[in-house]
Amino acid sequence: MSIYINKNTRVITQGITGKTGQFHTEKCQEYANGKACFVAGVNPKKAGESIFNIPIYASVRQAAAATQATVSVIYVPPAGAAAAIWEAVEADLDLAICITEGIPVRDMLMLRNRMKAKEAAGGKHTLLLGPNCPGLITPDEIKIGIMPGHIHRKGRIGVVSRSGTLTYEAVAQLTEIGLGQSSAVGIGGDPINGLKHIDVMQAFNDDPDTDAVIMIGEIGGPDEAEAALWCKANMKKPIVGFIAGVTAPAGKRMGHAGALISGGADTADAKLEIMEACGFTITRNPSEMAKLLKALL
Amino acid sequence: MKIHEYQGKEILRQFGVPVPRGISAFTVQEAVEAAQKLGGPVWVVKAQIHAGGRGKGGGVRVAKTIADVKRIAGEILGMQLKTHQTGPEGQKVRRLYIEDGADIQKEYYVSVVTDRATQKVAFIASSEGGMDIEEVAHSQPEKIIKLFVDPLVGLTDAQGKELAAGIGMPADSVAQTVDVLQKLYKCYMETDASLVEINPLNRSSKGQIMALDAKFNFDPNALFRHPEIVAYRDLDEEDAAEVEASKFDLAYISLDGNIGCLVNGAGLAMATMDTIKLFGAEPANFLDVGGGATPEKVTEAFKIMLKNPAVKAILVNIFGGIMKCDTIAMGIITACKATNLSVPLVVRMKGTNEELGKKMLADSGLPIISADSMADAAQAVVKALKAREA
Repeated sequence: MSIYINKNTRVITQGITGKTGQFHTEKCQEYANGKACFVAGVNPKKAGESIFNIPIYASVRQAAAATQATVSVIYVPPAGAAAAIWEAVEADLDLAICITEGIPVRDMLMLRNRMKAKEAAGGKHTLLLGPNCPGLITPDEIKIGIMPGHIHRKGRIGVVSRSGTLTYEAVAQLTEIGLGQSSAVGIGGDPINGLKHIDVMQAFNDDPDTDAVIMIGEIGGPDEAEAALWCKANMKKPIVGFIAGVTAPAGKRMGHAGALISGGADTADAKLEIMEACGFTITRNPSEMAKLLKALL
Repeated sequence: MKIHEYQGKEILRQFGVPVPRGISAFTVQEAVEAAQKLGGPVWVVKAQIHAGGRGKGGGVRVAKTIADVKRIAGEILGMQLKTHQTGPEGQKVRRLYIEDGADIQKEYYVSVVTDRATQKVAFIASSEGGMDIEEVAHSQPEKIIKLFVDPLVGLTDAQGKELAAGIGMPADSVAQTVDVLQKLYKCYMETDASLVEINPLNRSSKGQIMALDAKFNFDPNALFRHPEIVAYRDLDEEDAAEVEASKFDLAYISLDGNIGCLVNGAGLAMATMDTIKLFGAEPANFLDVGGGATPEKVTEAFKIMLKNPAVKAILVNIFGGIMKCDTIAMGIITACKATNLSVPLVVRMKGTNEELGKKMLADSGLPIISADSMADAAQAVVKALKAREA
């Protein structure tokens, strides 16, 4: 089954002609069923051209109409990224994945509220992953984003995280001890974003191909606590949890825009405590995430 | 990005929020001239530093004569002002702001911030202004009210009145209060602020509403479209190493320990710091070298870390996904040679071309300790540190 994406998903790439867009589209095409999945690019100035044998359209709407693509991945630079996401939402796509880091918070705030207003008025509910995220991957089927495909193996463990390289760390550990992944989802490091831990945990809970989950978070914001409380009441599968930033000082933005402790409840220690109280197997040693998970199976 | 109070008041003036008249001063003489220009009869002499808690630290003082202004200015200018937000060394006061003294009948608290959970803009307000809001939150939480603004609509009149009522604003000042709140909202949104805090928002004995203090923080992601805000940047208020690092596109934060860290990815960087602490030592810094660990960047990162005399060992943890481990190894070798590295260095590399990278480090002839897992790397660097100290 897999969550959100599989080998039959058709993907539009916004920002395909930029340096980052080109680099990662080529890599995504090379991974598993990628050649069949990446069906369109968008660049109003290069409509009618193609790159890596992928046709370029003037807009998301046109690309979707021509290819029946339902997902878009966005590599557009910060100044135009929120507008690019909105274009995908207006085209009624199922899922928009925004890789871009550095989008102004106000732009994301307006975007998210426009998305909610659209749904409240009866419009289609488009999922957003990110921004400032590495994307998501269903190993051996499809990779959408910037993660290194080769460290992944197909299997039955779900991974969800705010951080890119920390996700790869968890994935590499799992692969090394013989546990493959059903899906690895990067929700990104920004404070105003789309899918949260709780949403992905719900998806993993409902996924018949996922047996257990590693949930990785960091300082700042209420997401992990909210997810933990939901899991306590609903999650049927074992979870290993890790929160980065036990050593982070309050008030300092630790790389990610969203990694900022604002009060007392969003420190790493506070989150670890709540997760443990909600039945997670937590660790303060990120090197043992996979080992702990294996013991739970 | 933070700014000074006098700059915040300039911004508030632009948005029509009433603030007292004030003039900056860099010397005692300038302070005296400012006070003469303002005319009195009461002045406030205010230290201009980014950190809060200036009043408690003795950096905000009332003067009733020009002689007082002169004396107080002389005492505050140049002092190392210590507040609960500066750290033990305090911050040197280089600028004063001389303001008209205000007719204070009642002080309120109002702040505007983006709320992550609701994805709306939150107004936080209280009748208990002029004091530490964290203290109020702790001892009188019922006195703090929160109101969420839909950014597609803005702060409505109804919401403004609700807030005014919630903080107990007398009826004859409500209209003015609503107007000020709406202007604060507009200011927050149009400047791409991440925080606007007015403490205190003052009501005078004549019912006039005025912002007596202004604390702003701006979204770093939006600075590219606010050159007027960037112009307010005061490098003297920032950590020198952090300023240096930002020139090379390195995310760097100074910490108190003695193990320098170089990692790619913010989450992995935090996790690396955490692992060092788990094994009994303290990180000297957070450093995210991002997606491009080129020889130049790695060398600059080493230089910045080594400028810190507290650094007695370095741990490099790189997950090479797009970035290949042999490229990273080249960067590390270059950096070691360029900085004549003389402290223990532990390198943990993982990912693409990992074996090749490890071989290059081993063959370099440099005393680099390789490790397999993050835990191994942290243990190795702590051990190396202790061996040096022994």
